[in-house]
Amino acid sequence: MFPLTLSKLSVRRRGKTVLGPIDLVIDQGGPTMVIGPNGSGKTTLLRVMHGIERISEGTAEWAEPDHANHAYVFQSPVVLRRTVAENLSYPLRVIKRAKPEINSAVEYWIEQIGLGKVANRSATRLSGGERQKLAIARALIRNPEVLFLDEPCSNLDGQSTREIETLLLETAKAGTRIIMSTHDMGQARRLAADIIFMKSGHIAEKGLAPDVFSTPQTPELQAFLKGDILE
Amino acid sequence: MNDITQGLLAALRLIVAFDAELWEISLRSLQVSLTAVIIASVVAMPFGAFLAVQRFKYRRLVISIMNALMGLPPVVVGLIFYILLSRSGPFGAFGLLFTPWAMIIVQIVIITPIIASISHQAMRELWAEYHDLLISLNTSKWQRIKTLIWDGRRNLLTAGLAGFGRAIGEVGAIMIVGGNIEHATRVLTTAIALETGKGDFALALGLGFVLIGLALFVNISIHWLSRTEREGRW
Repeated sequence: MFPLTLSKLSVRRRGKTVLGPIDLVIDQGGPTMVIGPNGSGKTTLLRVMHGIERISEGTAEWAEPDHANHAYVFQSPVVLRRTVAENLSYPLRVIKRAKPEINSAVEYWIEQIGLGKVANRSATRLSGGERQKLAIARALIRNPEVLFLDEPCSNLDGQSTREIETLLLETAKAGTRIIMSTHDMGQARRLAADIIFMKSGHIAEKGLAPDVFSTPQTPELQAFLKGDILE
Repeated sequence: MNDITQGLLAALRLIVAFDAELWEISLRSLQVSLTAVIIASVVAMPFGAFLAVQRFKYRRLVISIMNALMGLPPVVVGLIFYILLSRSGPFGAFGLLFTPWAMIIVQIVIITPIIASISHQAMRELWAEYHDLLISLNTSKWQRIKTLIWDGRRNLLTAGLAGFGRAIGEVGAIMIVGGNIEHATRVLTTAIALETGKGDFALALGLGFVLIGLALFVNISIHWLSRTEREGRW
């Protein structure tokens, strides 16, 4: 299915360009961390790649046209007003998988995220960390080839962040291509194989994580890594 | 005050004595209104969800018309259906005038916009919450509507109960198409109108209290049966 090629891609909202023009090729590998200050276009870039954002100009094309096996985890986890187990089974029911297959997948993932004891409780009663873990497991239950995550650990405590990072590293090891936005530089250093640095709707710099962190090329990234406020 | 006390006593007497006529008209009231609510809900709830999910050219106009129809004057609806269902009217051959089915039909017409409008409001809010997730999961339009209906069932129940409240308390339209015929089309509201006309305020009030009790009973029963206020799954 790779590479994903973005060519001269722009997104405009109410006459204002919020992303682009961007040229970018995403290939196998990763995890890729999209970093940058608030409002730099990280979320819009991920949404464009996943295909849930309307493109104003340019193209986003996968090598193979059938690229439905993506999953996306939103910054504020959306949980269905159903039980935890039903939230997990939902993506498989949508693609009409057989009941025994659904049951065993739900059983597996519910244990993976440690929510076995609350399987039959309403997901709306979960804590923020539990909701995010549920959202990630729900995204992974279809064994996606690509997993997009939009700042999945913002607003979470240290323990939940660690659990989610462990889950993501295992997922990447199992072969899922992870593309994730974060403004937590510690997290980017822990997880990233390569980095895309966004600034004002453009890709200001990109490269392998060790190179980007040790020798940032642009003054913006140097300032960002120092912790300066970028406007 | 005296009239109200007498009315309460009359209601108690009717209930304690298991008054056969009271039971008959109460059951008919329930039968007519519940049938109308069920049929109207089957149409109105998916329609409300469809309007929330689907964008089309005249969507805003349709929503405006639907909201405007919530204020349909029941007497006018009754009059129109009287003409349509009367022997010389286009549907006269069905022989529905002055039957409970005529009453059900006018109630459906009156409450469908109410249920659809409240359903649409609830579904719109839920759709705003679910939009990105359901698009991201590649769901079909029908799967989205089904998901909204199932997950919004609590709010839809409220929409159904609002329709039931309007239906069970309706008098103008069903009086015209039902005719308030004893042992045939008399229901609580038309009986109240009749007794008031005859000047028997105590009995009219008594029937009124029975009507209020019946509406409360149905509301509480449905909430209890569907466990909306319990812990857990909702």
